[in-house]
Amino acid sequence: MTAIGSTQQGPGAQAGTGAAGEVARGAGPLWRRMARTPAFVAGAVITATVVLAALLAPVLATHDPAAQNLLGGLQAPSGEHWLGTDQLGRDIYSRLLYAARTDLRIAGLAVIIPFIVGVLVGTTSGYVGGAYDWVVSRVVDTVVAFPFYVIVVAVVFAVGAGEQGISVALALVGWVTYARVLRATTAVHASSGWVAAARGGGLSHARILVRHILPNTLTQAIVLLMNDIVFVIVAVVTLSYLGLGVQPPTADWGTMISDGQAFVATKWWLSVIPGAAVVWTGIGLSLLGDGIGDVWRVE
Amino acid sequence: MTGSLRWLRRTALRVVPVVTGVVLATFFLLRLVPGGPAAAVLGDQATDEAVAALEAQMGLDQPLGAQLWSYVSGVVLHGDVGTSLIYNVPTSELIAGRVGVTLSIVALAALGTLLLVVPLAFAAALHKDGVIDHVIRVVPAIGLAMPTFWIGLLLIVVFAVNLGWLPAGGSDGVRSLVLPAAAIAISMTPVLVRTLRAQLLEVLDADFVAALTAAGLPRRRVLAHVLRNAALPTLTLFGLNIAYMIGGTLVIERVFALNGLGALMFESISNRDFPVVQGVALFCAVAVVAVTVATDFLVDRLDPRSRLS
Repeated sequence: MTAIGSTQQGPGAQAGTGAAGEVARGAGPLWRRMARTPAFVAGAVITATVVLAALLAPVLATHDPAAQNLLGGLQAPSGEHWLGTDQLGRDIYSRLLYAARTDLRIAGLAVIIPFIVGVLVGTTSGYVGGAYDWVVSRVVDTVVAFPFYVIVVAVVFAVGAGEQGISVALALVGWVTYARVLRATTAVHASSGWVAAARGGGLSHARILVRHILPNTLTQAIVLLMNDIVFVIVAVVTLSYLGLGVQPPTADWGTMISDGQAFVATKWWLSVIPGAAVVWTGIGLSLLGDGIGDVWRVE
Repeated sequence: MTGSLRWLRRTALRVVPVVTGVVLATFFLLRLVPGGPAAAVLGDQATDEAVAALEAQMGLDQPLGAQLWSYVSGVVLHGDVGTSLIYNVPTSELIAGRVGVTLSIVALAALGTLLLVVPLAFAAALHKDGVIDHVIRVVPAIGLAMPTFWIGLLLIVVFAVNLGWLPAGGSDGVRSLVLPAAAIAISMTPVLVRTLRAQLLEVLDADFVAALTAAGLPRRRVLAHVLRNAALPTLTLFGLNIAYMIGGTLVIERVFALNGLGALMFESISNRDFPVVQGVALFCAVAVVAVTVATDFLVDRLDPRSRLS
C-alpha cells in the first residue's frame, strides 16, 4: 500500500500523464482520502460482506453444504432452510456461503498470476522495444483476436476441466490485458525527458524501470486488476455453469445456477439467488476498483 | 487510389501476423493436452495399439514440422483444419451447417445493442451531470457484474415463463432468437454506453457545435451534425466489441438450447472431437479479424478527412 502511495514522490508525479491533473481532494493521509470517496466506501463495505461470508462460512452455515436429503428436495424458503433446498435436498443458503469460498479463491488465484506476468511483460516490452516488443505485440494481437470465451473454453478443453484447468486457461489469456495497457504507458514514459535525464545522470536501465517507471504504471495496473477481478469471477462462474469449471459436489455459484435451470419454470429462485450473489460481489469489487482509481487519481 | 493502396498495405501488415498467430495458436492447442490428444479421446482404458492407431489416423505420428505443414496447407487450400473424429466429415462442413443460427443472433444482438446504446448515451451526454447521467453511469457497475447467461435466465423467467410472450429457446424461427439476442445486448450495453457517452461529450465540446449554435441553428439541427460526427466512433466501438459479442453468443446458445456454433463447440468438447473445437476457434478468430478489417475500411471510407491527402 505504501509503495503505491509513494507514486506522489516519484519523478513521474510531475511528468505523469493525467495522474497529476488536479490536486487530490483533501491531500491528507491515504485513509482519509479513502473515507471521503463514496465509491471506495460502498465498494469496501459490499466486498467485506462477501469476503466475511466466505471466511465465516463454517460458522454462518446452518447445514452441511454437501448433506443430501433426497426426500426434502426443492423446498421453498422456510425457517428450517432459509433459501430453500436444491434438487438433492441440500441447503441453498449454506451452499451459497461455501460457493463464495470456492469462487473467490479460484478468482483470486486466476487474477494474480496474469497480473504479475502481464505487468512484467508489458513494462519490459514497452521499455526495451525492438524485436522483443514486436513479438510480444503480435502474441497479444493473436490472443485478443479470439473471442474471450472461445479461447478460454478451448484451452480448458485441452488441459482438462476443473479448478486447475480454468486457472491455467484464465492465466494464459488474462495477462494480455495488463501487458497491452502497461506496454503503452511504459513506452510513453520511456521516451519522456525525465527518463533521458535519469539515464544521463548515470542510472541503469534496471533501476529506472523498477524504481521510477514501475511506480508510475503500477497504479494503473492495480485499477485494471480491480476491474479484471469482476470479469474473472464472472468467467469462473460462467465456465462452471458450462460444466467446465468447478466440479460437483463442490458448491459454486455457476453450478448452482446450472442445477436450478431445469426447474426455472416453477422454482425460479434456484437460479436467480446464486446469480444475485455474483452480481452483489461484482458490484462491490467494481465500486472498490473505481474508488481506488479515484483515491489515486488515475484515469 | 494511392489512399486505397496505402490502406491495403497498412491492413495487410496488421492482419497477416494476426492470422498467422491465430492459425499457429489453434495448431498448438493440441500440444496442451496432457498425454496427447489420441489418449485423451480414447480414455484411460485404451491399449497402446489403439492409441497408436488413432495417432496415425490423426497424423500425430508425423514429425511436428510435417504436421504443421499439413495443418497450414489444409487451412490455406481448403479452409479446413481436418476431419471430425465423430461425424467423419470436414470440420468446415459442420461449421457451415451451424453458423447461420449464431450469425443471426449476433446480428440481432448488434441491432438491439445499437437501439439501447445510442439513445442512452445521448440522454446521458445531453444531460451531463443530471439525474439520467448519474443513473446511466452507475448502471455499468451492475452490468459488468452480471453474467450474460444469467441475464438470459432472468429473461426466460420473466418473458417466457411468466408473461409467455416469447419461447425460452428451441427452433421457432426468429421468435426464439429474440431473448438470446436481448441477453447479449443487455450485457453489452452498460460498457458501451459509458464509452459512447465520453465520445459524444467530446463531439459536443467541438468548436463546430459552438459555431453552429452561435450562428443561430436550431438545437435539433445542431444535434443532427453531432449525430453524424458520432457515427464513426460508434462504428469503431462496435467493431472493437464484436469478439466479445461472438463469445457471448456461443455461451448464450447453451442457455436457450440453440443449435449454433456454440452448441457445436460444446458438443465436440463432450465428444473430445479435437478438430472441430480447433475449427470453431479458428473460424471465430478469423471472423473477428474480418469484422475488424471491415469496420476499419468503412470508417476509412466514410471519414471525409481520409479523402484529403
